[in-house]
Amino acid sequence: MKRLCVLLGVTLLATQALAIDSGKAFDDPVLQARYEKLISEVRCLQCQNQSIKDSNVLLAADLRREIRRMLAEGKTDADVADFLVTRYGEFALYRPRTSGKTLILWIAPFLMILFGGFAIFRVLRHRMSLPIADGAVDEGQSQ
Amino acid sequence: MNRYILPLIAAVFLIPILILGLNTDPSELPSPYIGKAAPEFELPGLKDPSMTVSTADLKGRMTLVNIWATWCVGCRTEHQFLVQLANQGTIPIYGINWRDSREQALRWLAQLGDPYVASGFDADARVGIDWGAYGAPETFLVNPDGIVLYRFTGPLNHVVWQQEFLPRMSGVAVP
Repeated sequence: MKRLCVLLGVTLLATQALAIDSGKAFDDPVLQARYEKLISEVRCLQCQNQSIKDSNVLLAADLRREIRRMLAEGKTDADVADFLVTRYGEFALYRPRTSGKTLILWIAPFLMILFGGFAIFRVLRHRMSLPIADGAVDEGQSQ
Repeated sequence: MNRYILPLIAAVFLIPILILGLNTDPSELPSPYIGKAAPEFELPGLKDPSMTVSTADLKGRMTLVNIWATWCVGCRTEHQFLVQLANQGTIPIYGINWRDSREQALRWLAQLGDPYVASGFDADARVGIDWGAYGAPETFLVNPDGIVLYRFTGPLNHVVWQQEFLPRMSGVAVP
């Protein structure tokens, strides 16, 4: 029974071997969690619709190594973001920071909702102001 | 008539944006270094590790910085053109040999010719990353003050040289 448990344990752990990130995990689980969150939010610049967490190209591995090194040195998440933006631009971050250049990305959805809401309001108000007789005639015709 | 005006205005605004979207390559990234100082670096030489290649080498005249590697197919494509540029003495070319094996890189230069004034050996890819490289080959045009004027991603050739590099080099003395 004990051997079976060990075997089962080893088999379950073996899935780790399939992970793309082959670097050694941080001893500190909090740091490891920060690291994993960070690399899942950095775009792989070579394979642009993947994060560097999911990509196995060399550049992604290099960037993971740099981020790991920075975290080990005690750098903050903002330092890592600065590092990437200086070199690759805001595009490198899947969650772009709010700044003059990226402001439009953040406010565009709200502007669109406002614009759409206004358009619907206009149309509805126009329809409500139409004489009811029109609708009655339409119904009469369709029957 | 009035009901067509709003959609018409929307179309007039949207169509140019959509056309622009069709004609831009989304995989091409603008370098954040354009108009700014080239990133500081210092690398051991590829041919002679006791020598260094650094930012200081780029000062005083227009230079090209070419990020290359033997694993990069595009680098082989552009290599003859680089050799040609070097032979014409158009502009000094500095290489950053990116994440490569020294032995293979030296064999490559011996076989295909060496267009570089010097190549730095960037074994752990850090300097390439500092330059914001995301694929090789990449070629940067750096002015005499060490300011990056232009970055081209992909194999360099005559057409790109004529259209993108030469116009940006005018008015600056090239030795």
